[in-house]
Amino acid sequence: MRAARGMARRVPAWRVPVGPGVVIGGLVLAFLLDWRLVLMLAVWLGAWGLNAGLARGAAGGSAGAVTGARVAVPVIFGLTLLGLWELAVRLYEVSPVILPAPSAIAVAFAANTGTLWADFVQTILRGALPGYAIGCGAAVLVALAVDRSRFLQRGVMPVGSFLAALPIVGTAPILVMWFGFGPASKAAVVVAMVFFPMLVNAVAGLRASDAMQRDLMHTYAASGWQELVKLRLPNALPFVFNGLKICTTLALIGAIVAEFFGSPTVGMGFRIKIEVGRLAMDMVWAEIAVAALAGSAFYGLMALAERGLTFWHPSQRARMR
Amino acid sequence: MRRISGAVLPVLVVVGVIVAIWYASAIGMNRAWTLDVAARQGITLTRAEIWADAMVQDRPRLPAPHQVLAELWATTAGEPAFRERRGTLTGNPRSLFFHAYQTLAPTLLGFVIGGMAGMALAIAIVHNRAMDMSVMPWAIASQTIPILAVAPIVIVVLNAVGLTGLVPKSLISAYLSFFPVVVGMVKGLRSPGAMDMDLLRTYSASAAQTLWKLRFPASLPFLFASLKVAVAAALVGTIVAELPTGARFGLGARLLTGSYYGQTIQIWSALFMAAICAAALVAVLGLIERATLRRMGLGA
Repeated sequence: MRAARGMARRVPAWRVPVGPGVVIGGLVLAFLLDWRLVLMLAVWLGAWGLNAGLARGAAGGSAGAVTGARVAVPVIFGLTLLGLWELAVRLYEVSPVILPAPSAIAVAFAANTGTLWADFVQTILRGALPGYAIGCGAAVLVALAVDRSRFLQRGVMPVGSFLAALPIVGTAPILVMWFGFGPASKAAVVVAMVFFPMLVNAVAGLRASDAMQRDLMHTYAASGWQELVKLRLPNALPFVFNGLKICTTLALIGAIVAEFFGSPTVGMGFRIKIEVGRLAMDMVWAEIAVAALAGSAFYGLMALAERGLTFWHPSQRARMR
Repeated sequence: MRRISGAVLPVLVVVGVIVAIWYASAIGMNRAWTLDVAARQGITLTRAEIWADAMVQDRPRLPAPHQVLAELWATTAGEPAFRERRGTLTGNPRSLFFHAYQTLAPTLLGFVIGGMAGMALAIAIVHNRAMDMSVMPWAIASQTIPILAVAPIVIVVLNAVGLTGLVPKSLISAYLSFFPVVVGMVKGLRSPGAMDMDLLRTYSASAAQTLWKLRFPASLPFLFASLKVAVAAALVGTIVAELPTGARFGLGARLLTGSYYGQTIQIWSALFMAAICAAALVAVLGLIERATLRRMGLGA
């Protein structure tokens, strides 16, 4: 009886709503409500059909087809979202003060590359990057010191993970008060934000080697320094890179948010604040695009470095296969 | 007893060191002001007098821990949370509880919206290949985008559309708690091994049955881990969302007015309140996690 019921339901429940009848019915209903909806729904369904086809085709295809679909499907999805955004803004005549179309943002981006570059240099290269380097470097050094004593490890880990979960970005007004409006205060905010997540990861990483491996080093009569360089540090790298990757985003957030509290007349946070006041939303979105590109590139760099340095780790080997 | 002291003592020592460094820095950063005032009055101070004065300034560069605690106490226990105004009982803006509530309400609403949407999307991703291939790369890429930094813009835009109050802030929180939940939940829903999945196939279980009886229970440890990340992110989101929009109430607004008027003690007490809220939210989730997992036979 149970088996028979299972057989009857062989068509999975989720596939029913995208049946052709429902699609056509939905389109007709949408047409009766608002013809503009039909256009958008049609674009969406067309792209979705394409993606579903690609995904299904890749499932049975060669390795090359799978890789191709892995790239093509998300790209098509992203372009569809951009297209729908553009369509919605044009068809419903959304005011550019509320939401500019992607094309308008692209135009603003192209027209203001000089300003955007200056803001990028000020916020990312002068504020976020030095802070990131100092914060992560200091965290790793402290982790090395903490690693020497079990007592400190047990004390630092709970306090560190507690502090890592706190809204540290709230210290931005204080640090701007202390270090002035220049890039130094932005770097300080970034240091405060990245330090604890990095510390927790580095301490966890240095503890990652297991007893067997340490015993092996012991039988080799390795000194403490040799054990650190040849066993503990390489073993800590996956954790360290995990922390480094988390901190890329935190660094950008810290640098931009700190500029809301005071900055010279250049910088991404400054520009966003000013352009919102001028209702030039296309410029604001161009800055957001710069932030997104910078964040993804920064993260990508770290991921590449991780792949180069921790190629031996199971998580990396699984990806290469 | 020994185990407790073994766990608590190191933490106490580390906290003690942090407090000691804090006091030392407070003296170091505040003494310039003390010396300045003394020089103008033409008096010389002993070292002990300088230290004592650095602890009690009204607007210190770095308030001493006890000043922050006193302010916290005065604005929570020392102030009623409600006051009567024009015949109606409203929140008392002098009370830090009131501001914490103004921040926590959108945080929780956003967390619930984001968590629910994240779980729904994760279920869709696990069951639909096209969905997986289209959405997952973007879900991961979106983690690298400093969206929090532009949260205030979203608030301004939503205000322009006519959405005010609770909703815009909670949308930011929802967005921030959404992606950790999606990523963690997808990992969890995929965690059952091939053996378990094969067993359900021999039972000829439907997709819905597999989801409900195998995938969902298996995903709970992952779900709770990402929920804890998500709730902390949601709180940060609400606070940042309050910053440049001229919000009058909430912990973010408290930070902002404190920075405008140089009220450092107020900034630090708002920060502490935010920290307490974050810790409380994560702790509550941790308790729910432990109770649930223990009931499932997974907890220690």
